[in-house]
Amino acid sequence: MKADITIDCIGLYCPMPIVNTTRQMKAMQRGQVLEVVADDEGIKQDMPNWAKMTGNEFLGIEEEDGKYRVFVRKG
Amino acid sequence: MAEKEKMTLILFSGEMDKALAAFNIALGGAASGMDVTIFFTFWGLNVIKKNEGGIKSRGVMRNMLNFMNRGGAKRLPLSKFHMMGMGKSMMQGLMKDINFPQVDELMLTAKELGVKFIACTTTMGMMGIGKDAFITGVDSYAGVATYIAEARQSKINLFI
Repeated sequence: MKADITIDCIGLYCPMPIVNTTRQMKAMQRGQVLEVVADDEGIKQDMPNWAKMTGNEFLGIEEEDGKYRVFVRKG
Repeated sequence: MAEKEKMTLILFSGEMDKALAAFNIALGGAASGMDVTIFFTFWGLNVIKKNEGGIKSRGVMRNMLNFMNRGGAKRLPLSKFHMMGMGKSMMQGLMKDINFPQVDELMLTAKELGVKFIACTTTMGMMGIGKDAFITGVDSYAGVATYIAEARQSKINLFI
């Protein structure tokens, strides 16, 4: 999947990946895609839930070697 | 835009671990688009006291209390295994190990995301704590009616 912007949340735990996602999203335009790279497993559940609550679109997760690449489209 | 959903937290405790839990939840709520208010009361006021300087109040009893109960986000003890501060620094070491922010950093992030801080005036009066004892992030000073007014419209309401 291609993203407009990527943020690195490797080594960060809840709630920081969600907080950093919120910060980054504020600076983005509707329709743009954000990629969050993280290694806290909580992100697998947290990001879809966060997207649902905030009116953004959760696009999916790619998982490899304990790293999660999470994609969200700004709504 | 529709009005935001509300979250109200009462932080009654003045321990580091409980403050971490409170700010973690507050940040989660604010990041999820909620209007978050934290009421700091009783020992919880220690969390929003300035780290530097003493607190002057009237009377020997109050001055003694404020000397022993100095407060400040950097001075909060652990609720378990504090061990004169040894347990606390070990816990802070573990937090650093996973890049987890300290209480004062979480507090700044909470302010950045618009979390409202309210200090309880009853505790302030009883303990003799003036407004100048607190950090600048405190939005207002109020009592239980303000809490009820906020909490009755809140979807999430916790006492920590």
